[in-house]
Amino acid sequence: MSTVSPLRSTGDEQLLTGWGRTCPSMARVREPRDTADIEQAIAEVGSRGLLARGLGRSYGDAAQSGGATVLDMTGVSSIDLDANAGTLTAGAGASLDDILRRIVPAGFFVPVTPGTRMVTVGGAIAADVHGKNHHVDGTFGSHVLRLGLVGSTGERHELSPTGSKREQEDFWSTVGGMGLTGVITDATVDLIPITSSLISVDTERAPDLDSVMASMIAGDDRYRYSVAWIDSVHPSGRGVITRGDHADLSQLPADQRSSALTYRAKVVGTAPPFIPGRLLNKFTVRAFNEAWFRKAPQRRTDELQPIAEFFHPLDFVQEWNRVYGSGGFVQYQFVVPDSASEVVGAALRTLQRVGAPSFLTVLKRFGAANPGPLSFPQPGWTLAADVPARVPGLGRALDQLDELVASAGGRLYLAKDSRQSPDMLDRTYPRLAEWQAIRDRMDPAGLFTSDLARRLSL
Amino acid sequence: MNDALGEPQSVLVLGGTSEIALETVKALPRARIGRVVLAGRPSPARDEAVAGLTAIGIAGVTAVDFDAKDTGTHAELINSIFDAGDIDITLLAFGILGNQDDAESDPDHAIDVATTNYTGAVSVGLRVAHRLKAQGHGSLVVFSSVAGDRARRSNYVYGSTKAGLDAFAQGLGDALHGSGAHVLVVRPGMVRTKMSAGLKEAPMTTNPDVVAGIVVGALRKGKETVYAPGPLRFVMAALKTLPRPIFRKLPN
Repeated sequence: MSTVSPLRSTGDEQLLTGWGRTCPSMARVREPRDTADIEQAIAEVGSRGLLARGLGRSYGDAAQSGGATVLDMTGVSSIDLDANAGTLTAGAGASLDDILRRIVPAGFFVPVTPGTRMVTVGGAIAADVHGKNHHVDGTFGSHVLRLGLVGSTGERHELSPTGSKREQEDFWSTVGGMGLTGVITDATVDLIPITSSLISVDTERAPDLDSVMASMIAGDDRYRYSVAWIDSVHPSGRGVITRGDHADLSQLPADQRSSALTYRAKVVGTAPPFIPGRLLNKFTVRAFNEAWFRKAPQRRTDELQPIAEFFHPLDFVQEWNRVYGSGGFVQYQFVVPDSASEVVGAALRTLQRVGAPSFLTVLKRFGAANPGPLSFPQPGWTLAADVPARVPGLGRALDQLDELVASAGGRLYLAKDSRQSPDMLDRTYPRLAEWQAIRDRMDPAGLFTSDLARRLSL
Repeated sequence: MNDALGEPQSVLVLGGTSEIALETVKALPRARIGRVVLAGRPSPARDEAVAGLTAIGIAGVTAVDFDAKDTGTHAELINSIFDAGDIDITLLAFGILGNQDDAESDPDHAIDVATTNYTGAVSVGLRVAHRLKAQGHGSLVVFSSVAGDRARRSNYVYGSTKAGLDAFAQGLGDALHGSGAHVLVVRPGMVRTKMSAGLKEAPMTTNPDVVAGIVVGALRKGKETVYAPGPLRFVMAALKTLPRPIFRKLPN
């Protein structure tokens, strides 16, 4: 007598990974179109639970859940612009890419965009993403006016940062909650009014890490957007700081003013599916970084750049994550308070010591934290570096870095994490227990889970 | 589950006193291991295994009672282990060598070898496979043997159980292909363990830690079959082509 079905595929299974293309797991993927579909999926959920997934841009295992039902939310993608109120209501699966195409010509910009526009609204809220304007505008979640959430009861309810105490708790536990409080259906966010689709950019080359950091401390307040690229394979830690603001119509040459709000976001190509794992090595990355550093002017001000060029340089090549080959990669991103700024240099030296060829190393200053117990940003420095997963000795080196970060009162970004230990999480997110208590109230049966949640006992 | 750098969090050893399996646990990256379940019959050796792994700093090592021949208990046992949390790596490592002369004079002894090595492994292997498929990730390592590659006069009962186990494990690997779970078949040659103590050493005899290193490397690369030591692959390929009149005359 058989008690279980044969070992056959059910046909709706997909092997899912994060953007880093490491540690895949199999899930049953459903593609809801509306709230009713989501409610039905929750009604039919199996013992491994359920998780919403957007465009899979979290680097690690946040948007995958082995054996579970995973909702591919990209079909829940309505976009409604309220130009009078300056707000946008969008389905959780709507991408910032689609949103920008709609709202920029109408004179609006998203309140926060990460380094890629290929993220969904639901993902941006769940990871509480930040962008180059964090020191001024905070995270994406800080601009959410309301959201719809289908919770473990299978019913959709409204959450806002201005509701009852419990509603506020639920709201701020969903913002940055990594999808573990329920399925976000839609959200309303405030927008930035713009008069042109261009960014007025100041670029500055700095010969070493100290001068990069000094320049950012001195000058970031004058700009809405600021970030530094660091040459992580050069011992000096030299870098290029780019800062800017939305250009006002009056800053444009007269002949461009009639098309000031034109939005172009072209894709130049797609990375080929098979790239040898050793393509990125310290020599190719050194050459790339040298060219990238030299390309930047010593100092240039008021250059007008299109939105895509300034905010989303990586999006010019689709599937760029393939350049790391079949072994995949990890992105290490931490934040430390200003009092521990030396950890930034220590991290760069550690990555150099293990010979990690990282060409996408980005340094930024964060502003104030928001009320979300699991929200990553806190005032100080954040550094993000890509590293191929197969670099020998990487695990131990990153564990040592974790120790430095934790001792300094810093922490790692869950949307990037694919390898920290449960202990590290416990130590560095002091409000974890508070979040867990709220989550347990919202989802007592533990319906919403992910590989990340299981790995870290979230 | 395994993290992005291939660090496992949980390991199940079926045959919890197997020297090769215990060496394999020791050879795994252990920074994230928080649970090791040693399944085997209660014995001082099993207690020592728990203590030994704990002593070298591996976290969460426990033992559970498991008898390969008592297939009626397997479903509940495997389910209770997996219900307590996902298992990233399962080592199917139990088996007995038996004695060829005893097996021929007392078929009950042959049945004992066959039940333990083959029937028990099929029972527990399928139950583990279902749980791996359900969790959508994980590796099952099946310790076969070169003895299963070609039956020899001197140990064909044991060899036949390993031949059956090997074929079963390959098929199971194909059944799980594309499920997120993965089966690795390991074919060691002669290994210096308590099982082989007192036997004449064959060429290319190796030590448990060498096999362990090969297993961990094969897991990292996602291999499906591996010989230990590696060059045995070619030796066995050659032996398999020998005509039987010649093979029979080879020294045992």
